[in-house]
Amino acid sequence: MQIIQPHYHAIARTAQDYERMAMSGVVAVAEPAFWAGFDRLYPETFLDYFRQISEFEPTRAAQYGIRHFCWVAVNPKEAENPTLTREVLGHFPEFFAKPTVLGVGETGLHKSTKNECESLEAHVEMAMKHGQLVLIHTPHLADKAHGTRRVLEVLAGMNVDRERIWIDHVEEQTIKPCLDAGYWVGFTLYPITKCSPRRAVDMLEKYGRERILVNSSADWGPSDPFTLQECILEYRRRGHSLQEAIEVFHNNPCRFLGQNPKFDIRPIRVETIDDAVVHA
Amino acid sequence: MLTPAQISETYFLESRHQLLEIAAYLDRYDAAVARDGGQSGPVDAEKKLALIRQALAIVAETKPTQERTVALLELFARV
Repeated sequence: MQIIQPHYHAIARTAQDYERMAMSGVVAVAEPAFWAGFDRLYPETFLDYFRQISEFEPTRAAQYGIRHFCWVAVNPKEAENPTLTREVLGHFPEFFAKPTVLGVGETGLHKSTKNECESLEAHVEMAMKHGQLVLIHTPHLADKAHGTRRVLEVLAGMNVDRERIWIDHVEEQTIKPCLDAGYWVGFTLYPITKCSPRRAVDMLEKYGRERILVNSSADWGPSDPFTLQECILEYRRRGHSLQEAIEVFHNNPCRFLGQNPKFDIRPIRVETIDDAVVHA
Repeated sequence: MLTPAQISETYFLESRHQLLEIAAYLDRYDAAVARDGGQSGPVDAEKKLALIRQALAIVAETKPTQERTVALLELFARV
């Protein structure tokens, strides 16, 4: 089965992960800009990071036949330095011009501070002004419900195209308001700290497939890119057809990411070949 | 050996994850019963669910008379 991994921090992972992903059917990954584990001090550090994910990383993925796309952002955890955020934001248009950059992300909230909310608003404004897609991070664990509410409040006060915005890391207590408001949502599968493959399938069964993306993120912390494949197995094991699985794990990423014409992988359909053609 | 604080810190998120999986299991079961249009599931399935609920009550005890793990293993041995 062909799979698209729509949220994947490739620079934190090994070549063996690419190899195993390719062997399991992954045809494309999209890498949002992420926190480095420490707060960066200089705009140039971000710009080199953006060069790494928009220029170098596609070449590494290509060795395994995987297409690599990316996003640019100042991570919410680094939004407490508004001067730095503004300086980095000023360089975004240079990266929007690159052939594999899909938009702005992951922006969003971590502790939902005033500076974080202002940074989120500035990121979304920049994306809308330049016709870019947006990927929004929502906080984890205890801060999730409050942080997701704040994200929705910030967006509600702006003139945005909701179909071009993906609110990520939703869970059972946050999915409904995001879908009801017209945004795309993402389930992020982690071994312990986020959603699990089984709970993701529960939500797919409850809310349907529309405007839902599933990813395993997979960064430098305890995480596993193959939680995505675990989720596919769970989905199929519960009796959902191959085509239904393709709709969720391949075609939905095509539908959302394909709103940016740079993402040119098209939705696919499984067809049987009739006997006459087989024996021709 | 670990201190109480270390144990709490080390295993909290893992325990949270395991409890969420159990909660999701029970919700999944209720959803399936509702889809089937019934008030409850098949007798054997209901017995298993009752056992899980009993187990959760044992787990939640603050001053257990024996180790919770032992009590759970004895409970599940009845199946």
